[in-house]
Amino acid sequence: MSAEKFVYVTYIAATPRQVFKALIDGELTRQYWKHTNESSWKPGSKWKHVADDGNGTVKLVGQVIEVIPNRRLVLTWGDLSDENNPEAHSRVAIDIEPVGDMVRLTVTHDELRDPDMLKKISNGWPRVLSSLKSFLETGKALDTWA
Amino acid sequence: MAATDVKDVDAVFKALADPNRRELLDRLFAKNGQTLNELCQGIDMARQSVSQHLDVLEAANLISTQWHGREKLHYVNPVPIHEIYERWIRKYEQQRLTALHDFKTKIERK
Repeated sequence: MSAEKFVYVTYIAATPRQVFKALIDGELTRQYWKHTNESSWKPGSKWKHVADDGNGTVKLVGQVIEVIPNRRLVLTWGDLSDENNPEAHSRVAIDIEPVGDMVRLTVTHDELRDPDMLKKISNGWPRVLSSLKSFLETGKALDTWA
Repeated sequence: MAATDVKDVDAVFKALADPNRRELLDRLFAKNGQTLNELCQGIDMARQSVSQHLDVLEAANLISTQWHGREKLHYVNPVPIHEIYERWIRKYEQQRLTALHDFKTKIERK
C-alpha cells in the first residue's frame, strides 16, 4: 500500500504557548491523553508515548525531528516493536498558529504505510484533539478513554 | 475565516445538512487528499458548485486544504464530527448505560 496522509485540525481558545506545553509536558498529556509524552524535545532525541497504566507500558517511540517552541513540532512515530526500524515509522508534524484570540492546531500525519497504525491513528487523533481542546478551554478533559 | 465561525457548532450542522456536501466528505473519506478536479470526476455537480460546497466544508472545519506544489489537496477533518459525537451522542449512550447498570444492581439485590 502506498503511504497515506491525514490532516487533523482543531481551533482552541488558548495561547500557542499553552497548546505547545500541553503537547510536550508529560503530566499534562497524562490528564487529557491518558499517556505521557516523554523526551528532552531536542532535535535528534528520542521520544516515547507511555501508557498511564501504572506499569509504564511504552506504546509508541520515535525521534524528534524539528522543534520550534510554541509553533511547530515534528516527530517520527512508530510501534515499540519497530524501535530499531525507523523505515517503518510514520511522521507527525504539529503546527500551531494564532488565529484571532484562538489557536489553529494542525496535525499532519503522513508516511503511513502500516494499515494497523492507520486504523489506530484514525480513531486516535480526533479523540486526542477533542480532549485537548476541552482540557485547555474548560480545565476538564473528555472521558473518552473510559 | 473568523475564529468565531469555526468555533460555531451551527456551521458544522449546516454544512452536514446537504447531501452533496456529505457526498464530498464521503469521497474524501474513501480517498483523502484529492484535488478539485479529482472531486469533480464522476459527480453530478458543476465544478463551481463543488468548489462552493468545499468552501462551506472548509469554513466549518470539516475539511482542510494543503498545497502540494501547484495542487491544492483537500483532506477530510473528522475532529468536529468527533466533537458532535462526544457532545450529542456519547452523552446519551452514557445515560442509557448508567440506567441499565442501576437496573441490574437493583434487580440483583432483590
